[in-house]
Amino acid sequence: MRWRRSSQFAMAGMAILAVVACGGSSGGGGASPATLNIAFLPKAVNNPYFDVAASGGQEAASALNGQFKQVGPSEATGAAQIPFIQTLTQQNVSAIVVSADDPDAIAPALKQAMAKGIKVVGYDSSPAKDARNVFINQADSKGIGVVQVQMVCDEIPGCAGEIAVLSATSTATNQNAWIQAMKDELASNSKYSGLKLVKVAYGNDDPQVSTTEAQALLTSYPNLKGIISPTTVGISAAAQVLEQTGKAGKVQLTGLGTPNLMRKYVKDGTCKEFALWNVKDLGYLAYYTAALLVQGKIKGNPGEKFTAGRLGDYTIDPNGVVLLGPPFVFKADNIDQLNF
Amino acid sequence: MIPRTLPLVRRWESLLVVLLVAFIVLGSSLSPFFLSGSNFSDLTSNLMEKAIMALPLALIIIAGEIDLSVESMLGLSSALLGFTYALGWPLWLDIPLVLIVGATGGLLNGLLVTRAGLPSLVVTLGTLALYRGLASVVLGPRSVSGWPEWFTNFGFNDVPGTLIPWPALVFAVLALAFLFVLHRTWIGRQIYAIGKNKEAARYAGIDVARMKTALFILSGVLSALAGVILTARFSSARADNGQGFVLDVVTSVLLGGVNIFGGEGTIVGVVLAIFVIGVLRNGLTLADVSPDTQSVAVGALLILSVAGPTLVRRISAARPRRQLTKPVSNS
Amino acid sequence: MSVRAIDSPTSSALSGRLGLERTLTLVARLREVGIVMVLLAVVAIVTIQAPLFFSVSNFEQILLNVSLIAIVAVGQTTVVLTRNVDLSVGSVVGLVAFATGDLLKEHSLGVAGAIAVGCLLGVGLGAFNGLLVAVAKVPAIVATLGTLYVYRGLDFLIAGGKQVSAIDLPRDYLGIASSTVLGVPTLIIAAALIALAAAYLLRNSGAGRQLYAIGSNPAAAEVVGIPTQRLIFGAFVVCGLCAGIAGVLWGSRFGSVNALAASGLELQVIAAVVVGGVNIFGGSGTVVGAVLGAVLLATIENALRILHLSEFWLLAIDGAIILLAVGTDAAIRGYFQRILVRTGRR
Repeated sequence: MRWRRSSQFAMAGMAILAVVACGGSSGGGGASPATLNIAFLPKAVNNPYFDVAASGGQEAASALNGQFKQVGPSEATGAAQIPFIQTLTQQNVSAIVVSADDPDAIAPALKQAMAKGIKVVGYDSSPAKDARNVFINQADSKGIGVVQVQMVCDEIPGCAGEIAVLSATSTATNQNAWIQAMKDELASNSKYSGLKLVKVAYGNDDPQVSTTEAQALLTSYPNLKGIISPTTVGISAAAQVLEQTGKAGKVQLTGLGTPNLMRKYVKDGTCKEFALWNVKDLGYLAYYTAALLVQGKIKGNPGEKFTAGRLGDYTIDPNGVVLLGPPFVFKADNIDQLNF
Repeated sequence: MIPRTLPLVRRWESLLVVLLVAFIVLGSSLSPFFLSGSNFSDLTSNLMEKAIMALPLALIIIAGEIDLSVESMLGLSSALLGFTYALGWPLWLDIPLVLIVGATGGLLNGLLVTRAGLPSLVVTLGTLALYRGLASVVLGPRSVSGWPEWFTNFGFNDVPGTLIPWPALVFAVLALAFLFVLHRTWIGRQIYAIGKNKEAARYAGIDVARMKTALFILSGVLSALAGVILTARFSSARADNGQGFVLDVVTSVLLGGVNIFGGEGTIVGVVLAIFVIGVLRNGLTLADVSPDTQSVAVGALLILSVAGPTLVRRISAARPRRQLTKPVSNS
Repeated sequence: MSVRAIDSPTSSALSGRLGLERTLTLVARLREVGIVMVLLAVVAIVTIQAPLFFSVSNFEQILLNVSLIAIVAVGQTTVVLTRNVDLSVGSVVGLVAFATGDLLKEHSLGVAGAIAVGCLLGVGLGAFNGLLVAVAKVPAIVATLGTLYVYRGLDFLIAGGKQVSAIDLPRDYLGIASSTVLGVPTLIIAAALIALAAAYLLRNSGAGRQLYAIGSNPAAAEVVGIPTQRLIFGAFVVCGLCAGIAGVLWGSRFGSVNALAASGLELQVIAAVVVGGVNIFGGSGTVVGAVLGAVLLATIENALRILHLSEFWLLAIDGAIILLAVGTDAAIRGYFQRILVRTGRR
């Protein structure tokens, strides 16, 4: 009796696992002697922005004959990223390319990976400076902040009134840097003296939270003239809310978004312009840089120059940062040009 | 009561051991990186905060109550620790302060359940929200970092020369203490008695209210301790630390053989269950199965662990009955 | 958590002794009136501070935000009345939301077809819960904790890290959430209809009264001949259906759906139900109360934003309200029990 029940359960347990493992595993963690086994670890996996970057990474991998995979949490928190970093360390990947939800929380795990010889390249949102070899920044942080303020000023008649920011998570390195740049620009540039930033809301890169926060902004600030959302999830949620509440056109919207998600809203005027950069190129450059580090062709030191395949030449700046290029502004007349 | 349930319980624990072994075998077949010391060290360190919270929760459930607020107390203690540390207060002051707050939170739970007579499910649901809310009020959206190295070393690294994470050492000591108290002392016997029949226990002279309150306070303190350890491990104090933990903790306790209605369960079972789930998750993670998909396995495990014995019992109870009626109808 | 021997007046629900039953109904009504009074008080206080709170568009916003939770709360009440709980509702809503969105995106099933499939899926998931609780006799907390995990995991499996965005969904579907009937948003009407239908059935049908009986005293209900197994199964099916309906409407309301949709919804719903006066041990409470509870919590959240108070206070206030509501209920129940004991009516 005791025997039978125990073995019944062991069988049941293994059956479940067989099903789940077969359903879920994607090639497993085989020991790979290949020189280039690079993994992307975005802030969260169910985010179209990072899917586009991943496609760029995939492209670079094919060009270099390396391996590519993307793993990540479903919730954009630093705590959730740590087990993935540890797993990748266990699996002995050659490099981890990571966008940090929380620059400090993941630092110890990244340092452990680096101690094991794994290269760490930050992209999109940087981990703590001593926990990565190089950081690929999509554009100059200040520039990204400034261009968004510029756009919202262009959109709002008279460039005066209350504006709000709908950001991602509260600890995201990149959004926080951009928001700070926005605040600095608003304070120092007299052109924007008529604009007043009344609130920074956090949508956590979650469509539901972003929607509720966008609605809350509209309700609590009835005189709101513009919303800046420096995150693709936030800006599409805000656009949707503006249309649903009939405020499109009365409250201007801008920020950072992907052309495919925002095309409809640009064409019907809900969001006259927004910015981004070539996200695919970001992924491509990140993979390439990681590959060069793994192969020892660069060390990650300030001042080093290198060529990243089809993207051309880059130099590592004194802070260990590589800039992809300037942000790109999308409007009705050019939104059909890019497909991502 | 207790002697009769013991054989049943031993059966459960041996089942857990079988499961543990089965999952270890599975893990190593899914990934060559599984069977390594450093991997076990990693998976253990990821488990320890939940494990520490599971110990008092087991006692509380055995006593017939439940405490859902553990993860929020963890968050509150992390937030408070960060807040006080950012103010410049030294850690040797902050940590005890945070533990005291944990005790106070537990006391609130205990009083509401024993003095006001409110159902613990709802009380701790309320404090689950309340404590997490207070954590948000204390620290807002900020995170506090810049901890002293000894602190982050304690949270993240192993005892030098071994592969045992420091928090695991803490957990081991606590687990042994709980094992001793629950199974070898009068305190443990009282807890089982309360869980089996609250009224009978009271008539037998047990101060039910005081014992339950004490258990809630214990839960509060250990949740706060888990918060300190988590903060050290992440080098980051945040109001949302520990969010989502409570389900794993409750699952560990139930899978460990503790009866949701009280009166039954062992510490050994709970500890085994903690590692069963941890090993399962780790093995699947190394095989690139995402944690969210792993939930299917964990949930199924939980259901089977309770549904299985019931169904088996009903099937085996049905059979003899049929045999019984046959000879009667013949005569 | 152990079965309480001393409970709310058990025989009343079964034998229908008029004095007792009328008292209980009175208590229920009082409780609902109580919530409404608190609601009015909150509205009054906030309006004084911030007049723009008191506007049709703002109230509409509140009710829209609450409509989906209210629908799920109706189903949850049905289950809680029988002395059970369904922790998996959040996962059901999420799974149905994603499945519906996916169907609309990939397979062009047509809006009506996708909605029907979504509701059926909710029914199926609820039925599985019902099987576990009613047939396999797994305690509801354990069973639905397990299915919370399993359903959410299945959600992630089929989502595979992708999401369904607003641009993938047909205009008709998205329009449901923003459409209105005679000026009242469709979502609010849907929620109201579901709540009223459930309230009527629970109060006036035999099955409804039997649900109350089961919650009051399961053992006695069995003895009297009430088909408890079937009814509890049915309650979980109803809960699954409600969650399914909310899931189907979710994508329309929020535009984008990913596998995380509706995470944590179960706690919000249970909070609403508890604040609404439904006894977590079953046997008393009303659907109307649960919906009012949800409205109260949503109003407070809205009030905090209007008053520009830090929303970080929101969760703490919610927690305090839950404790207050349960405490008040216990006090009221205790008061009535003492009266009944004194008048010898037990």
